[in-house]
Amino acid sequence: MSTFRSAVITFPGSNCDRDMAVALEQVCGGEVHRVWHGDAALPERLDFIALPGGFSYGDYLRSGAMAARSPIMQAVIDAAGRGVPVLGVCNGFQVLTEAGLLPGALLRNAGMNFVCREVALTVETSQNLFTAGYSQGQQITIPVAHHDGNYFADAATLDRLESEGRVAFRYAEEVNGSARQIAGVLNAAGNVLGMMPHPERMIEPAQGGNDGRALFESVVKGLVAA
Amino acid sequence: MKVRVIISLKNGVLDPQGRAIHHAIEGLGIHGVQDVRAGKVIELEVDNSVSDAQLETMCKQLLANTVIENYRIERMAAAETV
Repeated sequence: MSTFRSAVITFPGSNCDRDMAVALEQVCGGEVHRVWHGDAALPERLDFIALPGGFSYGDYLRSGAMAARSPIMQAVIDAAGRGVPVLGVCNGFQVLTEAGLLPGALLRNAGMNFVCREVALTVETSQNLFTAGYSQGQQITIPVAHHDGNYFADAATLDRLESEGRVAFRYAEEVNGSARQIAGVLNAAGNVLGMMPHPERMIEPAQGGNDGRALFESVVKGLVAA
Repeated sequence: MKVRVIISLKNGVLDPQGRAIHHAIEGLGIHGVQDVRAGKVIELEVDNSVSDAQLETMCKQLLANTVIENYRIERMAAAETV
């Protein structure tokens, strides 16, 4: 197998890009490319693209709205269309919904407050590139830190996501008012995952736990198997 | 010409901000307000060359997120502008 090649996109206002790069270096290994939002092209032959958390463009207009229209996003959309795994965490999830790569939208938390704490999640499917390293129904602990994490989609879309096994993670407790307590969703092809919790902040015991590690390992293993 | 774009949340979309405002209004001692929905207004100064279709494109692709929001475009006559 050739060297694993990943990229982390940095938008103005991203603040979890370094954490994401460290997680990719330590868990996935290989080459981690840092890509600026204003670049028109991604590095060639990428195996994995991550959109990090933060407050891109100061959350102007809507969270993720400006970043979704930045020059690099057309290249990310094209790569996702070719089947390259794309992970969006927190603000990255907001960017993916704004870019139309994932259904639904992230509204202001139902309680109006910024929520910053560890939360319990249930892994809803392990039949996926990102979650194959977990078992279905497994409960894991991952931190969240967001103001706009209240997942919304119309009832028909929610039913479709559930019936197609595209709800990847669900909160095991009330966190932000998300429809059906959805914490992470997949696209139809299964190669794009958006989630509000931060798996990159849980990759080794020094961070308080390593429940996020299996997500990154799953992508590498899936690639080897493919 | 001035163009005003009014963006509002669709029916059925939870509006925590509107709810908080509603609560604060009650705190003023004013009762009888049934519901509060918060939206936004974006004012654009545009050349006459900007078409209605281009305004629609702006709204659909950027100014509003049509998953959760409705938008209305108002072209304002010169007399209305301040």
